[in-house]
Order: sequence, then structure tokens, then C-alpha cells
Amino acid sequence: MDLNYSQEELAFRDQVRGWLQANLPADLRDKIANYEELTREDLLRWHRILAKQGWVAPSWPKEWGGTAWSVVQRYIFEEECGYAGTPPLIPFGLSMCGPVLLKFGSEAQKKQFLPRIYNGDDFWCQGYSEPGSGSDLASLKTKAVRSGEHYLVNGQKIWTTLGHYADWIFCLVRTDSGTAKRQEGISFLLIDMKTPGITVRPLILMDGGHEVNEVFFEDVKVPVQNLVHKEGEGWTVAKYLLGHERMNTGRIGGSKRELAKLKEFAAQQTKNGGTLMDDTRFRDRLSRLEVELMALEITNLRFLDRMRRTGQPPGADVSMLKIKGTEIQQGLTELMMQAVGPLAQPFMAVNGDAGFDEFTAAIAPRYCNYRKTTIYAGSNEIQRNIIAKMTLGL
Amino acid sequence: MNFDYNEEQQLLADSVRRFVQKDYGFEERRKIVASAAGHSDAVWGTFAEMGLTGIPFSPDHGGFGGGATDLLSVMEAFGEGLVVEPFLATLMGAQCVARAGSDAQKKAILPAVVEGRLKMAFAFAEQGARYDLAQVAAQARKSGAGWTLSGEKRVVLGAPAAGRLVVSAMAPAGLSLYLVEAKAATLKPYRTLDEMRAADVVLASAPGELLGAEGGALPVIEAVVDFATALVCAEAVGAMKFSCDATLEYLKTRKQFGVPIGTFQALQHRIVDMFVAYEQAKSMAFLACSQADSATDAKERKRAISAAKIKIADNARLISQEAIQLHGGMGMSEELKVSHSFRRLTMIAQQFGDADHHLERFARSD
Repeated sequence: MDLNYSQEELAFRDQVRGWLQANLPADLRDKIANYEELTREDLLRWHRILAKQGWVAPSWPKEWGGTAWSVVQRYIFEEECGYAGTPPLIPFGLSMCGPVLLKFGSEAQKKQFLPRIYNGDDFWCQGYSEPGSGSDLASLKTKAVRSGEHYLVNGQKIWTTLGHYADWIFCLVRTDSGTAKRQEGISFLLIDMKTPGITVRPLILMDGGHEVNEVFFEDVKVPVQNLVHKEGEGWTVAKYLLGHERMNTGRIGGSKRELAKLKEFAAQQTKNGGTLMDDTRFRDRLSRLEVELMALEITNLRFLDRMRRTGQPPGADVSMLKIKGTEIQQGLTELMMQAVGPLAQPFMAVNGDAGFDEFTAAIAPRYCNYRKTTIYAGSNEIQRNIIAKMTLGL
Repeated sequence: MNFDYNEEQQLLADSVRRFVQKDYGFEERRKIVASAAGHSDAVWGTFAEMGLTGIPFSPDHGGFGGGATDLLSVMEAFGEGLVVEPFLATLMGAQCVARAGSDAQKKAILPAVVEGRLKMAFAFAEQGARYDLAQVAAQARKSGAGWTLSGEKRVVLGAPAAGRLVVSAMAPAGLSLYLVEAKAATLKPYRTLDEMRAADVVLASAPGELLGAEGGALPVIEAVVDFATALVCAEAVGAMKFSCDATLEYLKTRKQFGVPIGTFQALQHRIVDMFVAYEQAKSMAFLACSQADSATDAKERKRAISAAKIKIADNARLISQEAIQLHGGMGMSEELKVSHSFRRLTMIAQQFGDADHHLERFARSD
């Protein structure tokens, strides 16, 4: 038994670490470190830097630009990005639409979309949730009716992350409402966001940020060649996506960076003549979170090791990485807010310069924003359902 | 990175698990617990035959030359079967000898331990010291060529079965360790809540033999207690596994309102949290055992083992309590093994330091 990376893996980690240090633009790194909102350009800039290096889509087949890295190397790369504090790679194109096209797409679709996803020419978003269909996704109602060489799409999607940046959206739509099972009659469509009839309306979250949207479809004409896989078999595609590449849902690298930051920040906060780090009540909460993160990292490595040994894709129990990872992320934002104390309250200048520190002012909104993590990508309750059913056989 | 056992470890793990399942079932265990001695000499003989008593000792003394990682699967299996034999106590006493003893002392003691002829116990805790290993009131005085010891040690696990004790005591030069014949001490034996045997040990000018350097015992005591802490972390993982498995089985078979109670989402989510807690605890037991063997300095070792013990203590509490709750009234019954794993996990949560103690040590070693 050996809990450490091999010499080769350590060399790879150092290579990635060194490259990130040299190539992550300072302004982007600072924006991340200061909890600032990232623009479309910020996200695409980092995407293109990685694309140029050949590292933007590690898990893709080599012919389409993949790196042929092992599962462990892919994990190391993602964690190093998190630890360095790079902008996120938006998953909708690279880890969702891309893998779906690679598995189910026609040759023409692959040629049309994959290079543009790889190079960051198109910004993608995901059209899954609807006002009446959250966790119960198969109840979706957005309709696509075949009419000649087009589908006519009508309906509404919600919680569309970065839909206001997107050039394309992949959607689950109902092409047949007369099926016996709700999971049948659903299709997977690729839709150009510039198509007439699409309206994007911002949904402002409680932290004041604009990251999600409602997307309305009114008689939107989608060419039939934008159907992926067979008509009525979109659920198969959706399920494939859910099972794809979930080894980094724990976001351990990012949490390690936040933990180090929190310790540094708490050591600057004075209390009773010492610092907050000397405060037993605060310190115990911090230590428990750190221990939880240590445990999650080893658990994640155990799953990777199992994957490597058996060659099998991760089982349903990787859902626990999402549950624990998001609980830790939330815990960190909560302690950070607690660390800042009464200065958590200032939020937004009324006119001009309020004279407060923007970083400090971003801490409590970040706490608010991170409540999303246990809700999105399959709420933590859905993750528990998955473990109960698939792993425990209940 | 490799979380696999090697071939030898795997063979050992399989044979120990088989033995526990076949020959240390709940009924056999019940008889052993109720016996006068509270442990089984026959079982101990088997342990020695299987080589378990020799795992963490040098081949020079007939041992296997292994460490905590080699004992991990053994302790897991013991945890699953709630083995009450004084195995950990013996290893602790003998580890003191292996780490601090002279060649002559090792030669006199360790082969006997490895061969199963000698059981030991480590008397380090005292009234009022809580988990502070350095707070020792027992006194050691020079007496001719040897030493005599006076004082009282509390909750010495395995002492009633032990032939030799290792005792911590204050000598003129500071904290020191002594080998003491068990019959030279007065024992007040009792059964522990988790059905093992322990004793309070009274020393009244009992002859002792200095083990290691006079005044140099603290690092040895800390290392041995950390080693034992890593082992109870592994044992806890086994007891947690049993608790989770038994509870899952119960949810699948127990019917109320005409359906298995495992169909209720309120209960499903709770048992999922138990299994997640078990996996997290297991990861930390790996860390603890690995660091007990390979940490390059004491600070690194203490930090890792405290981290593990915090997680094990918290999750032992969660899993043991939820196992009882999900079993309903039956979980309260002495007849069900799950009420016994509850008791062992409850005690492990505090053995060698509770979560608060280790939170303090973890923060100190940051």
C-alpha cells in the first residue's frame, strides 16, 4: 500500500504545475483569487491557451485532440488547475456535448462541431431543466415537432448557466408525447442560439450575479441534421452524459487552495489580542473541514486506483465525491464569511466609491452563491438516491 | 499510489477474515466474553500459528518485520468480528520493548510474544491525566542494581491476561519505561463496556527493569500510542463495516406498513450517509497506518494520526448511533451484535484521545 503518487506521476504533476505557473495570465489569476465575475472573454481566453497547448480536452480520443493521459494524469491535471486557481473550463462543450458527439454523433456532426468546441470558437450551454422539470428531468415538456427538414421547437428551459454567453445550446426536447414511458419520446437537439424565436432572460441570483438564465423557444426552426442519435432516444444520451467523467466532482484542488487562503485570512483577523487562528471554537471548525477534505482526497484516489486496476468506469458510489466535495466547498465559504466577521455585511457601493475592500465585500455573496453547489448537477439528495439504488440495492 | 494489499497481505487478510467468520462467530464470542478469563487461549494459539502475533516485530526475533499497514486488514477483520482478545494490548507492550529495549530485553521478551507464549499490557494512563501521556505520578526509585515502582495506573487494557507489563513512571531523570512482572503488581480487574478485560494496576515498591534511557520515554510512548491509534482506526473501520452491512440487511428485510422499511427515502438517505462516513473513515485509517509506518518526523506522524482519529471518532459516533436508530427497538437489545458494535465504536471514539483532544493536537502540529 502506498498513498503517494509514483515518480512518473509526480514528474507529471510538476510539469503541469510549472506550466500553469508560467502560462496562467496574472490578471485572470487575480480575478479568481479576488472572487470577481469572469467575462465570456476571460473564459474563452483561458480555454484557447489550453487548446494551443493541446490540454483542453484530455479525455477526448487522440485524433480529436485528446492527450492520451491515464485517468490518474487527468485527475492530477484537473486538481492542479484547481489548486493554481485557473478559470474553470466550461464543461458544456468540452465534457458534455463533445463526449456525446464522440459517442453518438454522425461523422458530419463531429466534423462540424468538435474542432470548434476544442478551439473555443463556439460557446455552449445546456438546455435540460425546465420550470416543471428539475430533479424529475424525464417530465420535460419542451416540444419539437418534425416539419419537413426541420423541427419546430416550442417551450422553455431554465437555470441555463451562461446561456447569455452561448452560441449553441444542446437540448432535451420531447418529440413524441404519446409514449408509454416518459423516458421515451425524448430527443437530443443542437440548437444555434442565433435562431429566430429564442429569447434569453437573465435570472439574477441572490448574490447579485448573472450566471443563469431562462431560455424561451417560440417556433424555433432546427434543421433535422442537428438531431443527435436517434429520434426518441435522447434519454440514452442524457444518461450517458450523467455517467461520464465524474472523477473530479470533488474539486479537491480548488478546495485546498481555498483552505490555504482561509487559514492565511483567519491569521490576519484579530481577536482577543491574538488572531482568529488561536480561537479554539473557530479553529476546531476549520480543522474538521480540513480533515474532511483530507479524507475526501484519499477516497478520490482510492476510486481512481480502483478504476485503473479494474479498467471499469466509476460506479455510482462516486456520487459521494459530489456530496462531500460540495459540502466542503460550502463549508469553506461559510468559514470565510465567519472569519470576516461584521465586515461581511457591506455589499455594494450606492454611488461611486464606498471605500470598502472589494475582496472582503465579495466574501458573503460567495457564501450565498455556493448554496447552489448542493443543488446543481443532480442535487445531493438525488446523489443519495443514486447510491441507495445503484450501490446499496434499496 | 496503490491501495492494494500485496500478495502476502492479501493472503493474511483472507485467512484472518475466514477465521473470524468461521471460528469467532457471535455465539463463540459470547462464550469467550462470559468465560472467567474473558479471552480464549485456543484462539491465541491460532493467532500465533497464523503469524499474527509476529507481524510488527523483527525477523531476528521470529517476526514478520511488518508495520501498521500489514496489520490494517487484521484489525479490520477483528473489528468486523468484534474480537475481544488482548491482541492490541500485547502489541503495545511488546512495541515498547521493540522500540526502546536493549538487545537482551528484546531477546528475552519478543520471541515469547511472537510465539504466543507471552501476553503483555502497557500501563501508561493515570487518574486525572486524561489523554496526557506525560502526566505521570507513579514513581521509580533506584534500588540496588534495579528499580522499584510505586503508584497506580488506570484502565490498563489486557492487564489481567498479561505476563509482563510495561509501566511509565517518573524517575529522577524524568519519564521512563519499566518492565514489570504482572504478579509483582496488584490488579483490580474488570470488564469494559466493550467486553474486553482491563485492570487498574497498583504498584507498591514493585521491582522493575528500566526499558530504554532513563528520562527518555516520552517519544517512545507517543510513538507506541500513535501506532495503537492507527490500529484502532483500522479496527473501527471493520466495526463500521459490520454496522453498515447489518443495518442495510435489516432495512431490506424488516417490513412495516406492508413494505421493507428500506423503501422509505428518509431511511435510505440516512444509510447512504452511514456508508459515505464509512468510506471516509476507511481512507483516514489508510492514512493513519501508512503514516505510523513511514512518517519521516514525529510532527508529521502526529498530524496525520490526529486527523485520522478525529474523522474516526466523529464517524464512529455517527455510524454507531444511526445503526441503532435504524434498527429501532431491536437495536437496543443485547441479543443483537449491532448493540455490541455500538459499544466498541463508542469506546474507540475516545480510546487514545477523543476528537477534541486530537483537534487540539492537529492544530498544534499544523
